[in-house]
Amino acid sequence: MIDVQNLTKTYGPRLAIDNLTFHANKGEILGFLGPNGAGKTTTMRILTGYMPPTSGTARIAGYDVVDDSLEVRKRVGYLPETVPLYPDMTVIDYLIFMGKLRRTPNVEDRAWEVLERVGMAERAGSFIGSLSKGMRQRVGLAQAIIHKPEVLILDEPTIGLDPTQVVEVRELVKEIGKEHTVILSTHILAEAQQLCDRVLIINQGKIVAEDTPQALQLRLQGGRRIIVEVRGDKIDALEKRLSGLPGVRGVGTISQGRLEILVEENEELRPLIARTVLENGYDLLEMRLAEMSLEDIFLQLVGEESETEQEQEESPAESEAPSNTPADEADEKASEEG
Amino acid sequence: MRNIWIITKREYARYFTSPAAYLVAFLYLLVLGIIFYANVAASAMNAFMRPYAPGIDIIINPITTLLVFITPALTMHLLAAEQRNGTLELLLTAPIRDWELIIGKWLGSFLFVTTLTLITLVYPVTLNFLVKPGIDWGPVISGYLGLILMGAAFTALGTAISAMFNNQIAAFVASLAFFLLLWIIGFPAHGLGGSEIWQYLDFSNHFYNTLAVGIIDTRDIIYYLSVTAFGIFAGSIIVETRRWR
Ligand SMILES: Nc1ncnc2c1ncn2[C@@H]1O[C@H](COP(=O)(O)OP(=O)(O)OP(=O)(O)O)[C@@H](O)[C@H]1O
Ligand SMILES: [Mg+2]
Repeated sequence: MIDVQNLTKTYGPRLAIDNLTFHANKGEILGFLGPNGAGKTTTMRILTGYMPPTSGTARIAGYDVVDDSLEVRKRVGYLPETVPLYPDMTVIDYLIFMGKLRRTPNVEDRAWEVLERVGMAERAGSFIGSLSKGMRQRVGLAQAIIHKPEVLILDEPTIGLDPTQVVEVRELVKEIGKEHTVILSTHILAEAQQLCDRVLIINQGKIVAEDTPQALQLRLQGGRRIIVEVRGDKIDALEKRLSGLPGVRGVGTISQGRLEILVEENEELRPLIARTVLENGYDLLEMRLAEMSLEDIFLQLVGEESETEQEQEESPAESEAPSNTPADEADEKASEEG
Repeated sequence: MRNIWIITKREYARYFTSPAAYLVAFLYLLVLGIIFYANVAASAMNAFMRPYAPGIDIIINPITTLLVFITPALTMHLLAAEQRNGTLELLLTAPIRDWELIIGKWLGSFLFVTTLTLITLVYPVTLNFLVKPGIDWGPVISGYLGLILMGAAFTALGTAISAMFNNQIAAFVASLAFFLLLWIIGFPAHGLGGSEIWQYLDFSNHFYNTLAVGIIDTRDIIYYLSVTAFGIFAGSIIVETRRWR
């Protein structure tokens, strides 16, 4: 259904996506998972015919996105990152307008149908400017499916929504995904795992991993993070000692006295770590297992290939935030701020 | 054709829900009314000393000037606001060609400017009642033809300029500056007896001495139509190149 070969896009000197190759089968939900600036939006914009790639090809339903752009656009529904709405239009007028542009047969009936579908029928007469963020997101979704597209491209469909709305929109996407081929982008690992049949992890314009969520989960369980808080002099020395333990992949400092220890998944190292701390004369204030945050995954996946300075700089700062919330929630927070 | 019409209808309708458009239209008709009233009153007072009846030029010439100022205000948002809102992304990923979008946008604004221009016909009709043998309708017909053509050319240029900006105010200033330039560009050349190109480009050379006084010359019509075509063409190219950035 979607076939992308060596897609590259540069903005002036900046390489936004670098030689992406992937495909999506009919009826599949494919997730793009990646941090800010990874190139998710850029890839989607090329797929929707918004802008041409610098090099490489992309085909949707057999049509090239550059040469047969109009044919592609007829078959694609798109929800951009910033939901494009006209605040001065009513919900129903907006849907009819978009439906007409997309050549929807029986456009008025269809507009009501999709409004019903996204649960916005009772706000049909409201001006879009007066809707809440979540409602706008739904109207955006309605607009994307009004012409029954074969392919649906959703750029961060749940960003900025409250938790209930997130759940609702995810349900909606899942349901839509039964009939359409869907590509969606997200920062949130859990979302990708929950919604997608397959996930592409993108970082700095490159695909760093491509797998089913289950397989990805297994792969990510190859490592685990333990956070310990200790008290004592010369914590550096302890750090060195800890990193010398068998099964420990690395130790980092989060803040004064707070250490992050990356360990092999299959070994239970916590007793050993606790003993090491105490036997060396330090007080153990806290120890817990941290879930993998998206940043950790990138570090793990990308770090093995190329350990750039930038990532190392980012790592401690980023891993501080999830220290007392589950990784998923922290990610959602981070993405709302962004 | 269908695509163009969808965009045009939406654009035209938008003016009627936009307070800014109402304000512009109101000021336009108000200023014109004041000028009209002042002229009629002045000629009535002068009637004893130097009898003359005010001509149609007291209506058509101010409309020309006002068009230079109101058109940028009515075209500035056309694409700049879509760019700013992010809705351009929607239009550019809908199955519609860039030139269909531009023509649709242009036609919407052109029809609105034309609507305003036609409303001003109340002034010639009023004048017809005021002056004794009635007015000469020849210059009214050719003058209004000229105003409509000028509206087409200005809105086309305004559409193209709006496509260059994310910011409506910037689009307004740039359009206004461009129209003012087109208004006077032939003038320095007049003095020097110089370049015919500048003379040709100057729209005042295609209006005040011809269409405004009842002379319909195909060369003038071609001038306005060419400028309109140029604006639409340039607008389409600008949208197209913006995709590449
Ligand atoms: N219009 C543009 N002009 C110049 N550079 C751009 C433009 N759009 C994106 N970029 C750059 O391309 C890279 C990829 O950006 P893109 O928007 O595709 O990332 P993203 O994965 O969607 O990120 P986010 O999660 O923040 O939405 C970034 O480095 C960004 O700075
Ligand atoms: Mg993005």
